[in-house]
Amino acid sequence: MSLLEVNNMTHFFGGLRAVNNYNLAVESGQIRGLIGPNGAGKTTIFNLITGVYHPTEGEILLEGENITALDPNQIADRGLGRTFQNLRLWRYLSVLDHVKMARYSKLTYGLVGAFFGTPKRVQEEKATDKLAMELLELVGVAHLADQIVTNLPYGAQRRVELARALATEPKVLFLDEPTAGMNPEELIQMMDIIRQVHREIGMAIFLIEHRMKVVMDLCEMVQTLNFGEVIAEGTAEEIRNDPLVIEAYLGKEVVI
Amino acid sequence: MTTNSVSLPNTRQRIRAALSKLWQPYRPVPLLGWLLAALVAVGLEQLVGLPLARLLGMSKIPALFGALVVLSDPILIPSVLLYMLLIYILPVGSVARLITSLTNKIAAKLMEYPIVITAVIHLILIYTVLFIWCDISDYRVLIARLTMIAIILTLSLNVVNGYMGEFSCSHPGFMSLGAYVASVFTIVLFVSENNFGEALLPPALGPVMFPLALVLGGLVSALGALLVAIPSFRTRGDYLAIISLAFMFIVKSLFENLEVVGGARGISNQPNYASLPVVFIWTVLAIWIINNFVRSTMGKALNAVRDDELAANAMTVDTRKTKMTAFLFAAFWAGVAGGLFAHVLRYINPDSFGIRKLAEVLAMVYFGGLNSVTGSIVGAVGLSLISEALRPLDIYKWIIIPIMLILIMIFRPTGLIAFTEFNVEKLFQPKDNASEGDEHVTA
Repeated sequence: MSLLEVNNMTHFFGGLRAVNNYNLAVESGQIRGLIGPNGAGKTTIFNLITGVYHPTEGEILLEGENITALDPNQIADRGLGRTFQNLRLWRYLSVLDHVKMARYSKLTYGLVGAFFGTPKRVQEEKATDKLAMELLELVGVAHLADQIVTNLPYGAQRRVELARALATEPKVLFLDEPTAGMNPEELIQMMDIIRQVHREIGMAIFLIEHRMKVVMDLCEMVQTLNFGEVIAEGTAEEIRNDPLVIEAYLGKEVVI
Repeated sequence: MTTNSVSLPNTRQRIRAALSKLWQPYRPVPLLGWLLAALVAVGLEQLVGLPLARLLGMSKIPALFGALVVLSDPILIPSVLLYMLLIYILPVGSVARLITSLTNKIAAKLMEYPIVITAVIHLILIYTVLFIWCDISDYRVLIARLTMIAIILTLSLNVVNGYMGEFSCSHPGFMSLGAYVASVFTIVLFVSENNFGEALLPPALGPVMFPLALVLGGLVSALGALLVAIPSFRTRGDYLAIISLAFMFIVKSLFENLEVVGGARGISNQPNYASLPVVFIWTVLAIWIINNFVRSTMGKALNAVRDDELAANAMTVDTRKTKMTAFLFAAFWAGVAGGLFAHVLRYINPDSFGIRKLAEVLAMVYFGGLNSVTGSIVGAVGLSLISEALRPLDIYKWIIIPIMLILIMIFRPTGLIAFTEFNVEKLFQPKDNASEGDEHVTA
């Protein structure tokens, strides 16, 4: 049994079939990639697995347990953490609060603690502070902990988002284009951070990418998606030379 | 022409520098110092206020820092200013400065004890100042109580409109639920001459049971808030604003048609339980609990839902529970405020909780500042005083207050003091040279 299994998942937006008969099996500790041209349905698949949409057909199993019908917050609590393609940070919250917020479901002090500031709350908030600082340290933005997130440069915002996703204690971490909009230097740094996070925490990672370099360097297995269907699956090397993949990205060769 | 436009920012800078220089000696005064100085001032007013006012040509002590005189009797403005200077500004200024080092030492000493002790000492001082100030006239007692109720109301509305970012218009509805429930509770149980028959319990028990009446009112209005909270799962923004507005009108017409509680005539004869200390304690309680809540991670989930609901959900935040909590919590405090309001005025009718009340509370929230406890307190106190000052204008008051609100919206869209944390520990701290440097940097 794999850590995360998706079986025969199909999803319709009205009459449009966005995802067709999609299958996935993520083993623990594995780094997998999902590539495909724009509009192929990559982010839709992320949204389906993490519960933003519920699939029309098919089932999603995390450690053998069916999570298809759960809400996003429940799925996140069970261990599917994610980042977003276009940063979804909270405009008026500090960096530290971002990471602490992702511990929401792990807090046990309840409303009584929130209203009356019980010792239990003080203690739990302190422990959460410590954990959040460690995660910020890990992604290298601990010195910005008190800043309001909108004041940060783009690269730092990406890191905050990664730290936030890590705070949910994911078993599988979903990264939606983690290097989008980065320059080559930032790209290398981000890849280092992903590698380091993977080494230290050891969760499985499932990432969407456009840049072949990232996919080739990081991923053990890669799926290629076109028009909502998987057209190729294999190691990075295999994918690169697959004629179907080349066709999907570059079009058919026409001999004149 | 050019020199003029260049010198303009310079003048502004110069004024700012002069003000800052004037303020410089007062920078190291801790809160304790200000409170003791205020105590001296109100004591002074108690002793020599009336003779001084008479000497300056006024018939009695200006009740609200001269706010009432400005419009009703402009000729007295200079005397009021002089009175303010002699009774409040000069004594407060000089005493605060005189005891700076002493109060700083005491404040530093207090830091060694648990925060509760420090807080209680400050609260006792604040209450003493308030009590002596109110002792001058019944009008002051009334205004002080209504202002404190306005603080509870503003804070609770800020939880929904500021912290959670939903534009809710149902607050007067929640308030009236609390007001009616608490009124019926106390009148049925403790008042003999009323529509409901003889008092069921000895009136002596009344003041003891009064908190129960308020909590009951709060709980009923929290129950009513379910009607707004449940639609909020699916609707946001304008549509939710309309739903909440509808709720307000539903509650209003409900009470207009309920003959048991007097229909449109309303309900009167509430016992006089909402005295100054009672209202003060409830206000402190509301500030404490609401501030605790919004500073916890559970409370900050409101901000996360406001800024990006999808991301909040993906980060394990239970958005439904969060919204539900916010609405019910805010409604509870609105209900408590309503109960207090009913027992301060000792007469309520459905009309007291209409669109005008809504405008008033919304103005206080947006004037003071969104997402800020300090802002809500400033907004509630500020607008209460302004609204009293404008009373001589009658109905035109309702032209001036909205215009002020529009101006605030244009120049400071989030309010005067928005998006700040109300840090109680920091408030009580001594202000030595070290912290002075900090403040310089932020200023």
